[in-house]
Amino acid sequence: MPLSTQSQTGGDNYVLVASLDNVRNLSNILKAITFKDHAIFNATPNGLKVTVEDSKCLQANAFIQVNLPGVYHQRGLMATALRMCYNGYGYPLTLFLEEGGVVTVCKINTQEPEEPIDFEFCSTNVTNKVILQSESLKEAFSELDMTSEVLQITMSPSQPYFRLSTFGNSGNAHYDYPKDSDMMELFQCTKTQTNRYKMSLLKPSTKALALSCKVSVRTDSRGFLSLQYLVRNDDGQICFVEYYCCPDEEVEEE
Amino acid sequence: MDCVVTGGNVKVLAKAIHSLSRIGDELYLEPQEDGLALRSVNSSRSAYACFLFSPLFFSRYCVYTIPLGHAFRCKMAIKCVQAVFRSLSSLEKTVEKCHIELDGEKSRLTFTLHCKHGLLKTHNLSFQDSESLQAVFDKESCANMLRAQPRLLVDTVLHFPPSLEEVSVSVSGERVWFRNHVDDEAEQSKAMLTELCLSSDEFDHFAVGAQTSITFCLKELRGLLVFAESTGLPVSVYFDEPGSPVVLSVTDSVLEVNFVLATLSDDSNLCNHNNNTKRARSPPPPDDFMTDDIDSYLIAMETSELAGPSDALAPRCPSSNHTLTTQPSVDIHRRRLERGEEEEEEEDTEDTERPPNKKVSFVVKGLAVTYTTVGINVTLTPLPLSLYSCSVPLSLFRVSLSL
Repeated sequence: MPLSTQSQTGGDNYVLVASLDNVRNLSNILKAITFKDHAIFNATPNGLKVTVEDSKCLQANAFIQVNLPGVYHQRGLMATALRMCYNGYGYPLTLFLEEGGVVTVCKINTQEPEEPIDFEFCSTNVTNKVILQSESLKEAFSELDMTSEVLQITMSPSQPYFRLSTFGNSGNAHYDYPKDSDMMELFQCTKTQTNRYKMSLLKPSTKALALSCKVSVRTDSRGFLSLQYLVRNDDGQICFVEYYCCPDEEVEEE
Repeated sequence: MDCVVTGGNVKVLAKAIHSLSRIGDELYLEPQEDGLALRSVNSSRSAYACFLFSPLFFSRYCVYTIPLGHAFRCKMAIKCVQAVFRSLSSLEKTVEKCHIELDGEKSRLTFTLHCKHGLLKTHNLSFQDSESLQAVFDKESCANMLRAQPRLLVDTVLHFPPSLEEVSVSVSGERVWFRNHVDDEAEQSKAMLTELCLSSDEFDHFAVGAQTSITFCLKELRGLLVFAESTGLPVSVYFDEPGSPVVLSVTDSVLEVNFVLATLSDDSNLCNHNNNTKRARSPPPPDDFMTDDIDSYLIAMETSELAGPSDALAPRCPSSNHTLTTQPSVDIHRRRLERGEEEEEEEDTEDTERPPNKKVSFVVKGLAVTYTTVGINVTLTPLPLSLYSCSVPLSLFRVSLSL
């Protein structure tokens, strides 16, 4: 999904112009993080970043990158094209959608953005990291016992390596992924960590999981969780969706 | 107890649990010397099911004797066990083996599914100790026994709406009728009667002592049929007089399934029958078809008059050779006929003081169908060519009736 951004001053007075050949890819990515009504749109020279937050504990970001100059991407026959324009502070976000010669213009009122939370999640602080093929994780997430209030993630250099656990009405359940599984693309765990996260916060991430082909799961020394989903579109373009979640404060019972 | 189920048997186990969930809310588990028994009973104690898996069903089967020597029994919510075996369709492809461990000391039942790609799913379920659940029945002593391929019974019950509570099964020397059971209190004008007749040669085994009619819960029968169909094993039906339970059995070398269902007792059964039909029991369809040279793909439409009141009359068509049961006079329900009348504006070909009843017959691909406008009575009679597998959607006929 080629996205080009241009900064222009004068003429149209647009601060941002972003074009997309096929808006479907953007809409799919946005659906993966639409668990709240409002999102923060951040336009950078590298691309568009859309942020959604929940109760100061969860943050989801979708990244739609800029395509490289000179690369031409064939537009599909029935694709809807998008041009997104923004005049700056106080102006609405204008969307021009074109399909089959028909243009729809949408003007969306913008609001004061809140400062997104900085989870202070940096690579140097990461204790455990695994990259899995989404397929196997999708199966586990679809079967998770929803009567469990928390999802417990255990990562360890020794057994059980990578474990998802639930504690529901019927009892507890564990999904174990061994480090030598062919679904495991990367396994870097330095110390044994077990953390619990509210199931209700992580539930929306299953949408991003459904779209993705690979997932990276990282925890840092504080137990903060970072889930990064690699989404490959039909036309081969890559986008990222990431979720940050802070651990459940409740004292762990054994 | 410690046992392992491998390969395709995992799906059989999952289907058994699914089948039991149609009976009751709790699963009773009892590891025995002769196998693992999974049982369930409904809240009114009118339906009981037992799946007995012999040790050969498992790739490993160990039952540890408990001190004091009494059998270990437990029960748990069946929904919890069903959660272990989600997505039945992908079970075969993903699960390599299932390890079941019963830890009496910790009161834990553990299901460990070894799946492909090294994924391990462990479910630790809690359970309660339970009393013994055993139904007392002796199927060998039953006067009547039928055995059929599951496909036959599945196709038969397909004709009944999913909401139907009870089904009546009547047998005579050579035939079986399946009929939906309508409560006495049900409004006759809104009642729809569906009756299917199967001949004895459709069955693998047909032993009928005396003419009998029993009524039992269809939902529970369907629960067994779902399982039987997936395994392809024949279903045996043992029954006596109304009021005695009917036993439905599916067996093979490693598995024995018994569903014991209560049947309506005599009084209510007979009473219902009379009220529903409001006529003398119709004679069995004549075996004209045995001698006819039938082109089974012939579709004939015939309408005829019957003695009795009717508001509308369909036009006469040239009658075919494939006439069906002539229905004796029946009650008329004006509402239904009025609807038919609007769309059909045909003139009466005969003057009678009371317009005759309307009957429409079809022969389609070996199935004979009769519609009568008494709350629409449908009789599906398979012709002996055994093309019974052709099922004709009722909705199509409703449309054709209104034309």
